[in-house]
Amino acid sequence: MSDTHAQTVAFVRETTIPESPPPAAETGAIKWLRQNLFATPANSLLTVAALYVIWVVLSGSLPWIFGGLWTTTSLAECREILQGRTGACFSVLSERWNQLLYGFKYPADQYWRPNLAFLLLFFAAAPVLFFDLPRKMLIFTGLYPFLAYWLIWGGSLLVPIVALLGFLGGALVYQRFIKTSFAAGFFGGIAAAFVIWTVAGAIIPENASDNAMLSSVPSRDLGGFMLNMMLGVTCVSLSLPIGIALALGRQSDMPLIKWVCVVFIEFIRGVPLITLLFVASVMLSYFFPPESTVDLFLRVVIMITMFSSAYIAEVIRGGLAALPKGQYEGADSLGLDYPQAMQLIILPQALKISIPGIVNVAVGLFKDTTLVSVISMFDLVGMIRGPILASTEWNGVYWELLGFAALLFFVVCYGISQYSQWLERRLATDHR
Amino acid sequence: MAETAQMKVSDEVAITIQNMNKWYGAFHVLRDINLTVYQGERIVICGPSGSGKSTLIRCINALEEHQQGKIEVDGTVLSNDLKNIDKIRSEVGMCFQHFNLFPHLTILENCTLAPIWVRKTPKKEAEETAMHFLEKVKIPEQADKYPGQLSGGQQQRVAIARSLCMKPRIMLFDEPTSALDPEMIKEVLDTMIELAEEGMTMLCVTHEMGFARQVANRVIFMDQGQIVEQNEPEEFFNNPKSERTQLFLSQILGH
Repeated sequence: MSDTHAQTVAFVRETTIPESPPPAAETGAIKWLRQNLFATPANSLLTVAALYVIWVVLSGSLPWIFGGLWTTTSLAECREILQGRTGACFSVLSERWNQLLYGFKYPADQYWRPNLAFLLLFFAAAPVLFFDLPRKMLIFTGLYPFLAYWLIWGGSLLVPIVALLGFLGGALVYQRFIKTSFAAGFFGGIAAAFVIWTVAGAIIPENASDNAMLSSVPSRDLGGFMLNMMLGVTCVSLSLPIGIALALGRQSDMPLIKWVCVVFIEFIRGVPLITLLFVASVMLSYFFPPESTVDLFLRVVIMITMFSSAYIAEVIRGGLAALPKGQYEGADSLGLDYPQAMQLIILPQALKISIPGIVNVAVGLFKDTTLVSVISMFDLVGMIRGPILASTEWNGVYWELLGFAALLFFVVCYGISQYSQWLERRLATDHR
Repeated sequence: MAETAQMKVSDEVAITIQNMNKWYGAFHVLRDINLTVYQGERIVICGPSGSGKSTLIRCINALEEHQQGKIEVDGTVLSNDLKNIDKIRSEVGMCFQHFNLFPHLTILENCTLAPIWVRKTPKKEAEETAMHFLEKVKIPEQADKYPGQLSGGQQQRVAIARSLCMKPRIMLFDEPTSALDPEMIKEVLDTMIELAEEGMTMLCVTHEMGFARQVANRVIFMDQGQIVEQNEPEEFFNNPKSERTQLFLSQILGH
């Protein structure tokens, strides 16, 4: 530069150069095409090749989809009508619709119950997912698990009420004793809940479910996509708080807590989920008292929750590690105690960083609920592989059924992913 | 300027440190520190990097643990008891080199968080107090922004306001201007000078010698984890006694 301005080293700018519009050739659709699709010969070649692949896929699949039949009663009938023409046999979906959604044993006149539970799920989840909504709606969220249990399983209303009372009693004791010491509040609360459950459980008469308002449906009669949704929602919502607790426990200064968490996480992560599910279906009953028949659904929920909470714990630990030490010091220097610092400063930021990872685990977990089909629970995939494909009418209808299953899972998982992206934008305050 | 330096300091003791020692592993980082700070005193601590000056003031609010000796802040002895530590921390404000504002909260929320949760102040009252102190540091118009939207100097002034909202009796400053552009240093120093003139007890680790001359009643020079020299600023700068201090001052003021 010094050469060019050799004669004018002492330079002073007196006017500002005015802003001017970009050259005209930098805008327009043709410009966009040339820049993005046909920039170089190799680029043009790739564009053409990609267009060809798209054409092949669509020309194969579109006639199949739009030529599909919806009203036949068996695969043979489909073939008869199609006469060699391409076309899907979607009739299996319309004929077995209820089985795909609810399993093959859930009483057909009671389908409104899971439907209502599903509808209410949106109201229960809304205040948790969208925190601009009034906080009072969280009361309904708290009641929802008990309500949904009653709707889906039916039986005596006393069961969910006792369960709710146990939680409330535990929470009261916790609140009462937390001021004196954390341990007293924590273990006191758990003990109180168990006392209420045992005492009230003994009081509920054996035949309470016989003439209940909603007829009782045993867990083995649940099935279809409903079962996947139930497992997914329950396990994700349980494993997030447990995962947070494990992540914090792993960072604890108290060696006992720390090692319990480390051993739990490392053990669970080192075992395939399918093994845990076999343990749930076959072996877990050895750990319970001989007479107790712990429900298979509950056993599966425990195993999947343990599995995913170990993963979520590690994701959150990454978020905790990403926070600068100054945030801990800032919170400490203001006199916040440990629970306050975690709740107000550390976790909101660590969880925000962990959102993509948590969503990753949640989506994976939701899809992994199909693994319960190998322990003979008839979830969506279990229904397809079992009763439907094994039937004489529909033996051989793979694409339609598995495509439908894929579509259902895709819709839910894509929804979760879109929500998480919205959440990340909503929480972005760093203005980079 | 002269008046502030000679302002009468009360006889009430704010901080006592007796025979305090601290090690990082085998490294003896603070050696036999003895220091008494009176209410209303403004102390500047200076020294080469690694001399333990930051560690010293971080020991006062237990951000660092000391292994030997006794620290008493405002009548409370610093021990392993978490209740004592939280009590001291709520009485002692601290400003950091990197501000340590909470990026997920607005400026106002940063300022009201500790009063609401630690002091149990009603939200409205806490917000009024926060606005009062934000006005004092001259950025009330930024109250609804997030820390990431502010300049470094503004962030440090928010950090000062955030500490003041707890109505602390003592303020600690850990190199508050070291991470700032030269243009922003002045606005932070002005805020600190104003605070000093109101009689706040201040311990300040800084390399701003102009600030030390103007507001400090005592300058402490540390080297290798020990207090090497302490004196009134006039004497300290014009007539340093120890050779190490002379060398340090000649290097820092020489250019």
